[in-house]
Amino acid sequence: MPVTCREDKRHLTARVAGELDHHGARTVMEELDRRIDQAQPSQLTLDLSGLTFTDSSGIAVLLRAHRRMGQVQGSMRVVNTPDQAGRVFQAAGLERIIRFE
Amino acid sequence: MKIENHVTLEFPSRSANEGFARTAAACFAAQLDPTLEEVNDIKTAVSEAVTNAIVHAYPDTLGKVVVKLRIKEGHALEIVVKDWGVGIADVEQARTPLFTTGSEERSGMGFTIMESFMDTLKVRSAPGKGTTVTMARKIARRAGR
Repeated sequence: MPVTCREDKRHLTARVAGELDHHGARTVMEELDRRIDQAQPSQLTLDLSGLTFTDSSGIAVLLRAHRRMGQVQGSMRVVNTPDQAGRVFQAAGLERIIRFE
Repeated sequence: MKIENHVTLEFPSRSANEGFARTAAACFAAQLDPTLEEVNDIKTAVSEAVTNAIVHAYPDTLGKVVVKLRIKEGHALEIVVKDWGVGIADVEQARTPLFTTGSEERSGMGFTIMESFMDTLKVRSAPGKGTTVTMARKIARRAGR
C-alpha cells in the first residue's frame, strides 16, 4: 500500500495506490501523519487515482488526514476518486465533511 | 430457496486474509455475470464483514473465520460470515453509523456500508458465542447474455 508524496512550497500532494483496507490502513495513516507533521502544509491534496479498492478503512484514513490538516491550520482536498471508493465515501456521507474534486 | 452452487472458505483471523476473502467472493460471484459495480459492492461488503470478524471477534487471539458463499435460485448471492469470537452484546448499537469499539483506524461505518451495498443484512450474535452476518444481493440478469 504505497504512499508517494510530492511537496511544492507549502502544498503537499500524497498519492495513495493499491488496495486500502484495515490490513494496510495503519501504515497509510502513519505515513500521512509523518508527512503532514514534517511539511506543515497549508494544503494537502490526496490523489486517489491509483486506489484499486477501499472499504470503511478508507473513510477512517481520510477523516484522520482531514483532522490532522485542521491541527496544522491547513486544508485538504481529495482528487481522482475512483468509482468504487466514491460509492463507499458517499454511503458514509463523507462529502459533507471532506472536499472532493 | 434452492442453492445452486456454494463454496466455503475457512481461515484464521489474520488481517492478510481480508484481501483474500473479498477477492475469492468476487471470483465466485463472477458466474452470475455481475457488472463491475456489482462485483465491487460484493467485495466491499465482504471486506467489511470479514474485517469485523478479524478486528472485533478475536481482539487478542487468532480464531476461526468462515465465509460461505451461495448462489441461490433467482440469481442471488448469499454471503455468510461467521466467527466464534466474543460476540456483540447490543447488535442494534453496533449497527448505528459511527459506532465503534475499535481503534482509530476503524470508522464505525462497516455495517452502514454493508447495508447500503447489499439488499439484505442480518446479524445474529451472542456474547461469548460469536457472530453470524448473513447478507444477500440479487444480481440483475442482463439482456443479451
